[in-house]
Amino acid sequence: MNANKKLSINDVSKDTEKLTSVKPEDLMSLPSWNVKEEDWKPISEDLKEKYVCILDDTLILPVPKPKTIQEEEALVNQFIEGMRKLFTKENNWTFLQILETTMNHCARCNTCSDACHLFEASGRNEMYRPIYRSEIFRRIYKTYVKKEPFAKWRYGDLELNWRTVARLGEMAYRCNICRRCAQTCPIGADNALVAREIRKIFSQEMGITVPELHEKGSMLQLEKGSSTAMTKLVVKDNVEFIDEDFSEETGFEIETPWDVEGADILLIHNAGEILAWPENIAAFSIIFKAAGLSWTLSSDLAAYDSINYGVFYDDVQFARTALLQAQAAKKLGVKKIVLGECGHAHKALTVIADRVLPEELNVPRESCFPLLRDIVMSGKLKLDPSRNNFPVTIHDPCNLTRLMGIIKPQRDILNKICPQFREMHPHGAHNYCCGGGSGYAIMSRNTIPEWRFKVAGRKKLEQILNAFSDSRGPEQKKYVCAPCSNCKGQLRDVFEHYELLEKESLIYNGLVELIVNAMVDVNPGYVKWEEE
Amino acid sequence: MSILIYLLGYIAVIAFLISVIHRVVSYIKQPMHVRWELYPVAHEGKRAAHGGSYLEDVDWWKKKREKSLIGELKVMIPEIFFLKAVWEHNRPLWLSTYAFHLGLYLICGFLGLLMINVFAQIIGCTENCLVLTVSPLMIFMGGAGIVLCLVGSIMLFQKRLNEPELREYSGTDHYVNLGMFIVSMSISLITWLFVDPKFIMARDFIVNMIQFNFTPIPNNLFGLQMILAFILFAYIPMTHMSHFFMKYFLYHDIRWGDEPNVNNLKVQAHIGSVLNYPVSWSASHIAGHGKTTWAEVATFNPVAQPES
Ligand code: SF4
Ligand code: SF4
Repeated sequence: MNANKKLSINDVSKDTEKLTSVKPEDLMSLPSWNVKEEDWKPISEDLKEKYVCILDDTLILPVPKPKTIQEEEALVNQFIEGMRKLFTKENNWTFLQILETTMNHCARCNTCSDACHLFEASGRNEMYRPIYRSEIFRRIYKTYVKKEPFAKWRYGDLELNWRTVARLGEMAYRCNICRRCAQTCPIGADNALVAREIRKIFSQEMGITVPELHEKGSMLQLEKGSSTAMTKLVVKDNVEFIDEDFSEETGFEIETPWDVEGADILLIHNAGEILAWPENIAAFSIIFKAAGLSWTLSSDLAAYDSINYGVFYDDVQFARTALLQAQAAKKLGVKKIVLGECGHAHKALTVIADRVLPEELNVPRESCFPLLRDIVMSGKLKLDPSRNNFPVTIHDPCNLTRLMGIIKPQRDILNKICPQFREMHPHGAHNYCCGGGSGYAIMSRNTIPEWRFKVAGRKKLEQILNAFSDSRGPEQKKYVCAPCSNCKGQLRDVFEHYELLEKESLIYNGLVELIVNAMVDVNPGYVKWEEE
Repeated sequence: MSILIYLLGYIAVIAFLISVIHRVVSYIKQPMHVRWELYPVAHEGKRAAHGGSYLEDVDWWKKKREKSLIGELKVMIPEIFFLKAVWEHNRPLWLSTYAFHLGLYLICGFLGLLMINVFAQIIGCTENCLVLTVSPLMIFMGGAGIVLCLVGSIMLFQKRLNEPELREYSGTDHYVNLGMFIVSMSISLITWLFVDPKFIMARDFIVNMIQFNFTPIPNNLFGLQMILAFILFAYIPMTHMSHFFMKYFLYHDIRWGDEPNVNNLKVQAHIGSVLNYPVSWSASHIAGHGKTTWAEVATFNPVAQPES
């Protein structure tokens, strides 16, 4: 048994350089894969000087390094204060019931361990066991916040020092919050939620956040209107360019509508698509026009970007963003909001916001996939499936499937338009996360990309390779349908890192691109394997 | 001494009820959580087979929602009676935990039958009629339940102690809980085998308890068994083992809590109330703007730009 597997809960408080390290030889092996993984690049001395880098080989949450005993104590005290608030109904009405039941009823039976792709991919590194972080959190809670009688004796002693706190914060960012572990729990406890609640303490109480999610994420969205920093003028300009480019390329004239009062549908895209995958934006405009829908985009603050990073780390930021999006819909007087291809945005606005939006802002909200399914099945589009005659598999975004149960519409479409569609295993509600879930897909600091490739994205890569086991190699073009911006961001970087286009002729993209690729009214070749 | 055991019995029943009610009421009194369901949701009926939901329909809010009780039972029965999740995801633990749980279920069944006997005796049935009706089954359930529960708790204790992956996450509470079962069930087993094989003493004891008739307990071992059983009975709902009833909420209210807010007056009233809760989070993007309630904080944009 290697040292990482022997890691104990109490190690989290110890004065060691690192808690653990996943070595290349520990990593789960991949099918027919001769890529040699390198060891981690070291974190720079400069970063180590400024921030606490004592968990493993990556730094995601920049916790300022305490320089004095007073600062060390302050870190612990702030954390405990935050934890206290987390267990009050006033500060945490959103999740208190779920958190408390998880704290009180987990049997610590390890039934959830094998469900976690990170635990498996890391070679069963103890830190990735879903209850490792929860157990640390639970012991702190029972001993220092709830102060249960004999708590240390009953649940196990744990030294609470600044290292415990800093490592726990960083550890909350070693989880995709995919909730696959929760799905297997016989009791119904939820270790994913624990990771999210730890993130909340750091953000909402201590003001310590991941810059991509906070300053460059939700705050930028509140300030400029989008986490891409596109203002309303810029976004309209960009979409106009997309309309022009794709009208010319496809021979199908589109003009994306903006701010149409009284339209039936307010479509909200993840604005990242506009910059990174404009073909997704154009594909929606083509399909909606061909189907004759009454629809619009909104140029109101935060309403042209469906992202809501608050879902990953902060309830207040979540509520602010959701309210702005609902307000925009109300202002236009649309009949409903339809979410574009973005999983967490789906979950945020359709489901979580359902018990946050006041009555006057409770505009009906739905996923784009049932709508697309109905359009494809209605016969309104002339479709030629032979244009999609290459192996296609689908990656199920966790937010869309495990957390919302939207599974069949995508498959109805793929079965109709992709003759070589095949499933990954497992799939649907039991899928594995792409590895980018809960915000990592947009992070590229220090060794975060390495972590995303080697650990977080490993299981998904295995699934993809297995799905195409009959067509490996560069001769056969293959397509991974990943109908979510966040998942695409993760797959983009993994595919590029492992040169999957060159070595396997493997590309990823959304669902609407496949629909447009099959439309006979559109010039052939909407889906491309090479940059043109 | 006998009176003290009767007294302990009353205290145990009261403590059990208070613990259960306290846990349930504390849960219910907390504000309704935001939706956090996890699929497959069992009551989705046909859709549950592929893990689907009502959100797979266009204009889902206009459609009548169908909730399938049969669908729920199809998931709950294998989970409760066969511990399906452990079977599927943690096979090495299954045999020991199943023995333990099945033992407990049999003991619950036994207690149910024992209570029928008790009330039959109170209303005046004869000894013969009781033996002929439920006693053989009751004796089987009681005996098998004690044996299985004892074997299961010994196996679980052994696993927690010896398997590194479990030992790391086992607190003294686990060993105390299991130890209490081992001791209590061992005494119950000896009592059953050598003192009260037909549970007649047990029945008479409960009849006496109900009738406040503190007849001296005829056997010391039986008395010890009752003391241990009462302590265990009062103790279980105070521990994480209270999942045996809290699981109802964990499944029905959280995992399968997919009730949408469509003209839902209860949810609307709840939102109206929680948005007026005070917020005291200290981070600068939340605090320091003079906003004190959730409604104020959530509608405040700390980085708002002047309209251009
Ligand atoms: S979360 Fe559930 S499955 Fe995991 S250890 Fe706790 S009780 Fe067991
Ligand atoms: S939520 Fe996902 S990533 Fe996090 S511990 Fe559970 S299975 Fe692992």
